[in-house]
Amino acid sequence: MNAWIAFLSILKKDMQNYYLKPPNISWGILFPIAWTLMFFLRSEAAITIRDLLPGVISLSILFGTTSMLAVTITFEKKSRAFERLLLAPISLNLLMLAKTSGAILFGIGGAAVPTILAAFLTDLSGVAWGSVLIGVVLIALTSTFLGLFIAVSVKEVFEAQTFSNFFRFPMVFLCGLFIPLTHLPLFLRPVSYLLPLTYGNDLLSSAITGAHLLPNTLNLGMLLLFSLGLFFMSTRNIRRKWIL
Amino acid sequence: MKALHVQNLTKQFGDLTAVNGVNFFVEYGEVFGFLGPNGAGKTTTINMLIGLARMTAGTISVMGHSYPDALKMAQREIGVVPDESNLYDEMSGLENLTFCASLYGIPRKDSEPRALDLLHQFDLHDVKDKAFKAYSKGMKRKLTIAAALIHKPSLLFLDEPTSGIDVASARQIRYELKELNQNGTTIFLTTHYIEEADRLCDRIAFIVAGDIVRTGTVTELMQYHESEQSVEFTLDQPLGDLSSIQEAFPQTAIEKAGERSLRIRSVQSVDLLPFMRYFDHVGLQVYEARILRPSLEDVFVNVTGIEAEKMKNNQRGAHR
Ligand SMILES: Nc1ncnc2c1ncn2[C@@H]1O[C@H](COP(=O)(O)OP(=O)(O)OP(=O)(O)O)[C@@H](O)[C@H]1O
Ligand SMILES: [Mg+2]
Repeated sequence: MNAWIAFLSILKKDMQNYYLKPPNISWGILFPIAWTLMFFLRSEAAITIRDLLPGVISLSILFGTTSMLAVTITFEKKSRAFERLLLAPISLNLLMLAKTSGAILFGIGGAAVPTILAAFLTDLSGVAWGSVLIGVVLIALTSTFLGLFIAVSVKEVFEAQTFSNFFRFPMVFLCGLFIPLTHLPLFLRPVSYLLPLTYGNDLLSSAITGAHLLPNTLNLGMLLLFSLGLFFMSTRNIRRKWIL
Repeated sequence: MKALHVQNLTKQFGDLTAVNGVNFFVEYGEVFGFLGPNGAGKTTTINMLIGLARMTAGTISVMGHSYPDALKMAQREIGVVPDESNLYDEMSGLENLTFCASLYGIPRKDSEPRALDLLHQFDLHDVKDKAFKAYSKGMKRKLTIAAALIHKPSLLFLDEPTSGIDVASARQIRYELKELNQNGTTIFLTTHYIEEADRLCDRIAFIVAGDIVRTGTVTELMQYHESEQSVEFTLDQPLGDLSSIQEAFPQTAIEKAGERSLRIRSVQSVDLLPFMRYFDHVGLQVYEARILRPSLEDVFVNVTGIEAEKMKNNQRGAHR
């Protein structure tokens, strides 16, 4: 059997039913634009647009991805449409990849918005674009899988949304997006290192501004580890809690 | 080999035993029905058979694939109609069908003609482009059945296929299921309509409170009950005292069934002729003599009634 037909069809259906609906388009595009303009236009000479770009990209991806899973997973579970997917003769891993790849693509698209704006507003020469792309993809993966983990751990859509806010707002402050980790109170720093975005943002900074706290190999390793860990914890939760 | 073979299947939800070590099988080409009241464990059983619930104990083999290892293999060959429609509200009838087909690896160019055929078959062709949420209950159920058939499963599971929908749709569904079965599809269905089980099923299992209390063909289930025979006579005059007729036929139990009718029950088959002679002799005319056959309903009430009584003293009853 051609499992890819199922994979692509699930992805396409989610795109049409959820991601490409006007409210999500506006969330995915207008929201990053608003962030970007707010930060870029207010930035004083000391902090350049280029310095702000990694944080704004991280923020766009984080907010673009995490909330989507509350709809594509929790809502479908509640409406029982998800059961139909569980009955399909494809592995749970492939199914969950299909269900999350929409959000991952959505997050990557969200990252393009501030990048393009910044390219118009300032000189971006010398940016390591390859590394930026890797960083963007990995942040999209970890943020999506974090959203997935939340989505499969709750019953109601509003719980998924509340929980994802519970995670992502602190992440804005704790992951070095706009406040360098070195400026954080000492007791908060261990928490920062438990959050995947810390490593993702550091990777982006390194690619865009050259400034970074941790070795890139460590950043890459941690991001991959978080991706795999969150994904497998999520599928394990589905097996344990949804297949009763 | 059987299409479906279940041994000692058990499902516990905490303290509650929803399915209690049931054993049954379904032959290829058969329509097998689970008949039981609310909360009997029908849906729980189906969910274990299709892979939406894990069994607590027992073995399941579906189309020769043993669970849980070969679940995905089995899922290719089965179709499932859940008790509540679970298609996508926003998508049209046709889109829902082609989407379901894609889950089985069928590309759109192959699934669309098949989907259109099914839409015709279930009288849904006119509404094929309407959103699923705009369908009536009967239409929703029919599309859900069509969706379960899109990949041509060899074994079809249906959970209460006609409950809660209008009579015409229910009749059409029963007709289509018969057709499908005649074309070789094995069917496992649950129902709490005795009549539906009677009309559709080759074999029936009565399930009550997680236990299968009786399994057999409709005829077998009746025979079990038919060890006692009843005959009802309707006469031309009101009846007086029954003691003389009872004396004449001491092997039978005779009681009034109405003002001018009486019922004769016997453990052996009742010979009508001596009764006719007797009535003639005492000057009564017989208008009608009827042998009373128990309905499947009588059998069901009888069988499950006993079980329900037992349930009261049963620890599992206490949890309900
Ligand atoms: N997820 C669950 N958690 C706990 N108990 C459950 C669960 N699902 C079912 N039960 C219990 O198991 C028993 C059997 O339920 P089931 O839904 O299988 O019955 P049913 O025969 O399908 O009934 P109905 O005709 O109402 O659909 C019931 O007592 C029910 O309350
Ligand atoms: Mg049920």
